[in-house]
Amino acid sequence: MENQPTTPSPTELRTEEFVVNIGPQHPATHGVLRIEATLDGETVKDILPHLGYIHRGIEKMTESMPYKQSIYLTSRMDYLSAHINNHACSLAIENALGIEVSARAKAIRIIMDELQRLTSHELWWGSCAMDIGAVTPFFLGFRDRERILEIFEANTGNRLTMNYIIPGGVMRDVLPSFVTDVKELLKKIKGYRHEYDQLITGNFIFQHRTQGVGYLSKEQAISLACSGPVARASGVSCDVRKHYPYDGYEKLDFNEVIDYGCDNWARYLVHMEEMNQSIHIIEQLLDNFPTGEYRTKIKGIIKLPEGEYYQRVETARGELGVYIVADGSNKPYRMKFRTPSFSNLGAVKPTTVGLKIADLMANMSTIDLVVPDIDR
Amino acid sequence: MSKEELKQYLEVTYPDLEVKETVNFPLLLVNKEDVIPVLTKLKDASETRFNFLFCETAVDRNPNFEVIYHLTSTYYHHDLEVKVILEDRENPVIDSVYGLWEAADLYEDEIYDMFGIRFKGHPNLRRIMLTDEWNGFPLRKDYQDDKIISL
Amino acid sequence: MISMIEFTDITAWIHSLLLSVMTPTWTYIVELALSGVTALVVLLVCVIIMVYMERKVAGFMQLRWGPNRVGPYGIFQVIADVIKLLLKESFSPNRADKVMFNIAPALALCVSLMALAPISWAPGLTMWDTNIGILFITAISSMGVIGILMAGWSSNNKYSLIGAMRSGAQIVSYELSAGLSIVTAVALAGTLSTNGIIQSQADGWWILKGQIPAIIAFLIYVIASTAECNRAPFDLAEAESELTAGYHTEYAGMQFGIFYLNEYINMAIVSIIASTLFLGGWMPFHLPFDYPVVHVFNHIMDFIPTWMWFFGKMFLIIFFMMWFRWTFPRLRIDQLLKLEWKYLLPISIVNLLFAAVIIVLHWHL
Repeated sequence: MENQPTTPSPTELRTEEFVVNIGPQHPATHGVLRIEATLDGETVKDILPHLGYIHRGIEKMTESMPYKQSIYLTSRMDYLSAHINNHACSLAIENALGIEVSARAKAIRIIMDELQRLTSHELWWGSCAMDIGAVTPFFLGFRDRERILEIFEANTGNRLTMNYIIPGGVMRDVLPSFVTDVKELLKKIKGYRHEYDQLITGNFIFQHRTQGVGYLSKEQAISLACSGPVARASGVSCDVRKHYPYDGYEKLDFNEVIDYGCDNWARYLVHMEEMNQSIHIIEQLLDNFPTGEYRTKIKGIIKLPEGEYYQRVETARGELGVYIVADGSNKPYRMKFRTPSFSNLGAVKPTTVGLKIADLMANMSTIDLVVPDIDR
Repeated sequence: MSKEELKQYLEVTYPDLEVKETVNFPLLLVNKEDVIPVLTKLKDASETRFNFLFCETAVDRNPNFEVIYHLTSTYYHHDLEVKVILEDRENPVIDSVYGLWEAADLYEDEIYDMFGIRFKGHPNLRRIMLTDEWNGFPLRKDYQDDKIISL
Repeated sequence: MISMIEFTDITAWIHSLLLSVMTPTWTYIVELALSGVTALVVLLVCVIIMVYMERKVAGFMQLRWGPNRVGPYGIFQVIADVIKLLLKESFSPNRADKVMFNIAPALALCVSLMALAPISWAPGLTMWDTNIGILFITAISSMGVIGILMAGWSSNNKYSLIGAMRSGAQIVSYELSAGLSIVTAVALAGTLSTNGIIQSQADGWWILKGQIPAIIAFLIYVIASTAECNRAPFDLAEAESELTAGYHTEYAGMQFGIFYLNEYINMAIVSIIASTLFLGGWMPFHLPFDYPVVHVFNHIMDFIPTWMWFFGKMFLIIFFMMWFRWTFPRLRIDQLLKLEWKYLLPISIVNLLFAAVIIVLHWHL
């Protein structure tokens, strides 16, 4: 063996690696994200994400805006978890000022959060199936999401960037028919769940495309600071609702969904089970929906005392952290959003290198990236 | 460990470092040179096990920079804030923690892009959000841009 | 029995008419041109119906209406789309191989149309009634990949190149099991002529008479031919979510339209072949049993015109292909090749052996 030449002879078949830019406009990136993939034939050798195509400088903008206005910018980060982003920001300000929110406002907030998680996961389910090649689930996912958006529209006046949760409570009271509406909605959604399983979960091709693909070990998930369903599918217990409960999650009965499969299939199952848990949470709150004030009166101009504040919540994608450095004025000195998609983006490379280009799309969709959430 | 316990532990374990607290977390002030040893010890010590770097960011306290590490442990679920103050405004350099947490790859790229703080030992330090030719570092307090319009 | 005007009567009438005005050589040439144009027109009408059907089927499966604005029930939508494609500029990208780029769609289309020649449309209505009809179709259909490879290579686009290479690997592999399924049917019928194969099913279709091997061969043929047409779940050559549009990423206007047309023509051809081989082509549904009731049944079936049988079977198989497309996720390239080389090909070979045993022992009905 030692005598063999190390350089290939001219007659030998040589292969070359080539670089493909996937994005910024590409059906699988769900937004303007560019991934520079080095391919050897069909096999992915290396991945380098390029961000910034939708970078709006939200962190810079907050520095020149009063606290109340900054909250509205957060809806534009992860537009699929707008309620939850608003919630995080409002909680940070409330905790800094020491405001206690009424029980009704808390219940409304959690119901909205969990409905938001449902919409996000339903959209995710559709787009995940579409990235793997099935088009029909996309329409089914949107059908169910549409029902929830109707509730949002009726109660908050908006469908995507709600700006409904504000410091002190919520913007306006829910409709009198809110409880019955949501109950009816949940009944409908539960009725649809078997279609999801029949169409995709039980599908032979889908299982083969996801099982054992995109392996992300527990150590790697922790090292990459992954959170949300991505980390929980690798066996990391990281649900903020369990470990750092806020607004009454500690009183509710729900399970943190953890899977030890570490692959795309595990991430799929975690998402699916989280939808069931969200429905369960909402049902508990609807059964004894509190009456009372929907908003605590707070001062018109919010001035946070000097100091550092950190608040985290669990969005549909993982842990969202709001880090506020206040200098005593009505504007934040520095506001940092620790967004889940930005950290989870790091998981694309270790899961994909060595697999086929089709698996890159499958991994990206189960890691559930939202590009404005990455770029901010 | 709870916040108070952790604070006491830090005071005992790191007598030469300043231990403060913020509203939410205990705060450990670390010298620029000691970043890697201290963080390595925090990560590996069986009492703390800070294996999860959930946030790394910087704040421009003109003229100083603060680099802030938010750490948590998936074993004990306690949190810690570590702060490093960089005084050299012209050429701020700090050691990269990429060797401890892979998540630092993207975090430090972003800090470099926004504050111009260089990380020694980072595998691929680049302007991740802005273009390579961008003038200045936007999140610095003295950043000037003619295109900024005040509403 | 009511005397019906058969297609043979019409063709004979045209033949005598032409002979009365020109020499036999010219008659032959004019008849060739006439039959070619007729087949093309019939096929284009089929494609228009298929495109409309595909959209309606997709709409039905996806809880939406499908086209419903242009004309009643949206039936003119396809025509509007064709007009749109014709009006669009066809351009080739910078630094593309312009000649190859422009030839590729035409070549792909020509190859698909050539496969029409030996098809038996109705009793006595075959453009080229040759004794090697099925062999000719098999030979021609594997050439379709050349157009795709040319398109992918000449586009100067990495997505196109990957798509074209995938398509090459896929068609070359799936040719094998499709061919072996065809051989099973040919072995049962004992002839390579399309007309002969249909005639051999006069007392019952091969899928009924040919026992289990015929059923397996039919299923494998449908799967393999779906893959040959680059249809989902085997649409790796286009793979919208991975390669944007695969080999035709750079094509616009009618050049893209021709690739689109080509896909549907291929679909029509493989379903016609599947129905010819296993479902008796234009042959009505007959049961292969010797009872008076069965004879009455068979006789009633004869009253349904042959063209209805022909197009009914064709569109039934097309509907199945559409059903696959709108419900299944896509396979990965290695899974696709594994499916062929590890499962379909061995099954086809064993199936062919079984069929041979059945034929030798005369176990088929």
